[in-house]
Amino acid sequence: MSKANHPLHKPNNTKLKMQYALIGLIMFVLYYIALTMTDLTYRGSSLSPGTVFKRLFWDPFFNPDIQAKVPTYIGYMVETLAIAYAGTLIAAILAVPFGFLAARNTSRVHHVGKGILNGIRAFPEIMFAIIFVASVGMGPYAGVLAIGINSIGMLGKLYAEVIESIDMKVLEALKAGGANRLQTIWYGVIPQVIPEFSSYAIYRFEIDVRSSTILGIVGAGGIGAPLIIASMQRNWEAVGMMLIVIIVVVTIIDIFSAQIRKRIV
Amino acid sequence: MIEFRNVSLTYPNGHQGLKNVNVKINPGEFIVVVGLSGAGKSTFIRSINQLVKPTDGELIIDGKNTLKYKERELKEMRKNIGMIFQNYNLVNRMSVLRNVLTGRLGHTSTIRSLFGLFSQEDKELAMNSLSRVNISEKAYTRADQLSGGQQQRVSIARALTQQPKYILADEPVASLDPPTSHIVMKDLKRINREDGITTIINLHFIDMAMEYADRIIGMRAGEIVFDGPVSTVTEKTFEQIYGRPIKEDDLRGSDDE
Amino acid sequence: MAKVPESKKTIATIPIVPIRAKIVMSNILFVVLAFYFLSAYVTQAYPNRFIQGLPIALEFVYKDLFPPNWGYTNKVLSSLVETWNIALLATTLAAIFALPLSFLASSNINKNAVLYQFIRFFLNIIRTIPELILAVVLIAFIGLGALAGVGALFIFSLGILAKLISETIEAIDPNPLEAIRATGGNVIQVIWYGVMPQLLPHYTSYSLYVLEINVRASVVLGFVGAGGIGLILKHQLALFNFANVSTIVLMTFFAVTIIDFISNRVRERLV
Repeated sequence: MSKANHPLHKPNNTKLKMQYALIGLIMFVLYYIALTMTDLTYRGSSLSPGTVFKRLFWDPFFNPDIQAKVPTYIGYMVETLAIAYAGTLIAAILAVPFGFLAARNTSRVHHVGKGILNGIRAFPEIMFAIIFVASVGMGPYAGVLAIGINSIGMLGKLYAEVIESIDMKVLEALKAGGANRLQTIWYGVIPQVIPEFSSYAIYRFEIDVRSSTILGIVGAGGIGAPLIIASMQRNWEAVGMMLIVIIVVVTIIDIFSAQIRKRIV
Repeated sequence: MIEFRNVSLTYPNGHQGLKNVNVKINPGEFIVVVGLSGAGKSTFIRSINQLVKPTDGELIIDGKNTLKYKERELKEMRKNIGMIFQNYNLVNRMSVLRNVLTGRLGHTSTIRSLFGLFSQEDKELAMNSLSRVNISEKAYTRADQLSGGQQQRVSIARALTQQPKYILADEPVASLDPPTSHIVMKDLKRINREDGITTIINLHFIDMAMEYADRIIGMRAGEIVFDGPVSTVTEKTFEQIYGRPIKEDDLRGSDDE
Repeated sequence: MAKVPESKKTIATIPIVPIRAKIVMSNILFVVLAFYFLSAYVTQAYPNRFIQGLPIALEFVYKDLFPPNWGYTNKVLSSLVETWNIALLATTLAAIFALPLSFLASSNINKNAVLYQFIRFFLNIIRTIPELILAVVLIAFIGLGALAGVGALFIFSLGILAKLISETIEAIDPNPLEAIRATGGNVIQVIWYGVMPQLLPHYTSYSLYVLEINVRASVVLGFVGAGGIGLILKHQLALFNFANVSTIVLMTFFAVTIIDFISNRVRERLV
């Protein structure tokens, strides 16, 4: 194939090539740093993975001591769920004004609102848990506060997006009928957003259940603390049983939650 | 009575929506405003309840210059003016009855309305309005489950529930098919006759304007270029208003009866 | 109870909401509230205590966390770099392995129902395990250090990423796939010419999104000895050295914000 037979002119894409080169260079540097600076040595363990797996997910079923503890573990899991539920519900309500504040079509200072919500989201939840444990003491109460405040960040942002997507013409109709501002929001906006709001709140509950299982490690209640302690003691049978409890409960909640969300929207 | 005195409206982007409009609308009239899209029909209608605010002149409704109104007086005035939109503008996820009841919001205190405590009279009024447009059996259906024509009739019921002195309709049949368009127009006309509600409607279909209007106002480029009873209107008049010969698109087609 | 006068009783009241819908709605409300009060009882976090707790936390932030110890910055920075590296490596691995898994977890590509269901089940299970627990288990296998952190986040993000990608694959336009199948293309060709061009921007975007999640998640991992910023955070907390804790919290906040910002910008341009 000779070049002369090729009638197509290649478009001038030097700029694009430069961009790719730049991205490539940045990625090379990032990976170079990551691979040279991270200490990825394999330190090994006295136990083989097979043994650990067996002790985690097989032995607990035949260990009467562990089986006797199952009700206790379920109790911890109930506390975990309670932290997630109380935290999510409070966040779901508190996030509503933040959502309106951050939505372009309902707020003049939506940049401020978005800024606050992004700020909250940029704090990993463990940081909130640390602050609340240090200030109000250990226990599930601190966990609820941490989950509650942290969830406002994501819920507020999602709410704002829902509000921005509503049909604003309806509001005009209500305004034309002589409704005041509060009435227009109550009858024009709220019915349009309630299903999505609830759906997102339920979705957030799924996330918060997972979060509240780990908040225990800084003393914020739930199943996290006993789990970490058992793992520090290398009590793999207990760890395994608690993991099984977590997996089963989380799976059930996910299934229920998905069903409910499907019906809402 | 509504009276425009030298009313002009310039949008923030510099576009002139209305240019020195002078017109008197008498009680009980059924007026159709015609013109090409962009001629200022919508601006004209929306000026009356001040969804857009004219920048010059006086707009007298029932003896008072409404352009001087503050927020509170504006709300009082809007209670008396029902409005119907091209896209119905119902709250999709609410039931038909609740949508119709929003017509009473102006008459209901904020607290009561937040809890949905509409009075028994209001509810009866709402049901009554629904039966007047023959759709009362859909009262508990969600608005988004109705067809376009049904939704438009619900929005007429909503306007009726306000017990207005005036009804404004901004292209009420533009999204509907010909038979449904005629049903909606007949409903509007009947209400106009029975209740004596002054009705002002934007249409761009010539045949429909001729069929239903008492009086026709023609607009072009923000100005009123024709105003007269329907008996004085001919095809020639429309060609003057539109500034071009009449085309097939300008006709809605007849009611299949 | 006052008796309703006979005359008023005769007027049938018009309900705004039909009775049955009303009962359903009040039941839902009742269940939601009952669960709430139960949760509030278990956690001792009644609404009033929730409100009371906020000023106490603010006072703590104001009195104990300020001012941060800026002399500690260098130490925090090197830990943050380690946290970032762990997140980057884990995300990269997950992105590589999630792709084939996603195709196996998409019903429009993988026509083998048994394998499809198995992969879905497997992905669902790994998504239920919190990343911290994964880290604990991995540490048991491979010892303390960043390797366990990378492994834990890899498994954690594999579940999320494979789910997001497979949902996108299932939602793509089927027509090009049909066309390629019609010309006799095999599965690999269908994937390469039919799916990948549609999928690539989403794939990149989801990978960046998971990177954001992993940066946050890797903060926690240090608490159990899997490397990164969590390790020094745990030490400083144990010493009640709140000035240092404050430095860690603030710098992590800035790092996360910057990473999120860049990632969001790139993602906006992609999709």
